[in-house]
Amino acid sequence: MTERVALLVGTRKGLFVLDGDADRKTWDVRGPLCDGWPIHDAIVDPATGAVLAAGGSNWYGPAVWRSDDLGATWSHSSEGLTYGDDGPKIATVWNVTAGPDAVYAGVEPAGLFRSGDGAVTWQHVEGLTNHPTRPEWQPGNGGLCLHSIVPHPTDTDRVWVGISAVGAFETRDGGATWELRNKGVRADFDPNPEPEFGQCVHKLVMAADGGELLYQQNHCGVYRSANGGRQWEEITKGLPTQFGFPMAAHPRDPKTVWTIPLSEPDQGRFMPDGHAGVYRTNDGGDTWKRSDAGLPKEHAWVAVLREAMAVDRLNPVGVYFGTSTGQLYGSRDEGKTWSIVADNLPAIWSVEAAVVD
Amino acid sequence: MADVHLPRSLVALFPGAPRRVEAHGDTVAEVIADLDAQVPGIRNRLLDAGPSIRTHINVFVSGERATLTTPVPPGAVVHVIPAVSGG
Repeated sequence: MTERVALLVGTRKGLFVLDGDADRKTWDVRGPLCDGWPIHDAIVDPATGAVLAAGGSNWYGPAVWRSDDLGATWSHSSEGLTYGDDGPKIATVWNVTAGPDAVYAGVEPAGLFRSGDGAVTWQHVEGLTNHPTRPEWQPGNGGLCLHSIVPHPTDTDRVWVGISAVGAFETRDGGATWELRNKGVRADFDPNPEPEFGQCVHKLVMAADGGELLYQQNHCGVYRSANGGRQWEEITKGLPTQFGFPMAAHPRDPKTVWTIPLSEPDQGRFMPDGHAGVYRTNDGGDTWKRSDAGLPKEHAWVAVLREAMAVDRLNPVGVYFGTSTGQLYGSRDEGKTWSIVADNLPAIWSVEAAVVD
Repeated sequence: MADVHLPRSLVALFPGAPRRVEAHGDTVAEVIADLDAQVPGIRNRLLDAGPSIRTHINVFVSGERATLTTPVPPGAVVHVIPAVSGG
């Protein structure tokens, strides 16, 4: 059977599913789904094939939606998605990620939840909330949110998370205890430029090398770590700015990563000079190459948020990104050339590329 | 027994749920607990930690704005109304 790509696009006003043809040239748009709820992230859970969409309604609170038929029908649940009646109220779910034995949800205010039954019920991963630094966690501009979840591909005891503006953590014991993973990462806004925590990680991703090579786009630069985050090395050189939100890793080549630099935080946070461009490294961040063929070259005052870039696993890899003003772009040649996939969507918060048979 | 009126945006989250439900309970909290027995999961949509009624949800009993401890007399009409907000 021919493989095709379904793009899951989370927006401020619902989830959209774009069904691609076999060539990834034309796309049928379905939506808004999830009753128009704001959706921060959506995935296909490889264990079940279910679409999981995470978000929160201003009226009805946080939930993870589930569809077993690629978006035709839905249920939702927040059972267990709580810090308890005495705890803080959860505003929304920022991230949903499938690991080898569980599905994880990252929420605001920052915390991690785990589901062993495909996002039907959730259990609080209390070890992270009980970290001794928790009373000192401070929110970033987008709130105190746990937005990046990186499960080890095979070791179910190991998970990394990214929290704004706290930094990265890793557990090696299934969530019971967590260690900071911020060494080498700058925090220029902090009186101490390299604190133990307080870094504003924007997106944390894992390379396809078996579980130690990580990359992150940070408020203050781009970094890689060859040892699971114990030490980070800055790889910003070659990019036009140090600021940006999304990052995506190649599904097979551990040295290929894409990022989308934005103008500095006090200079608008959009594509520098209004000239859209995506940057790719093929050598682990030693050098970067810009690609903008097919993207608007002037007056593109657009931004791309942390979850709004994705890759598929076809060959060549497809790369996709959505803007906070509702344009969705795609590349069928690993980011060399681009074309618009959809326009006039609501503000795009997340993009995921699922390969379906 | 209360006559509970639910908003479209709420019942849309529970396929097959009706807009009007008869529910038992002497207080709003008890009525919502009975609603949850009939429509599993609806409590989580209406109540936040505390528990408290979610910030942008209003519950009225016989036309008066209510809290979770507000008594619900037999035959009372209970309206659940989402706040007017958004953009």
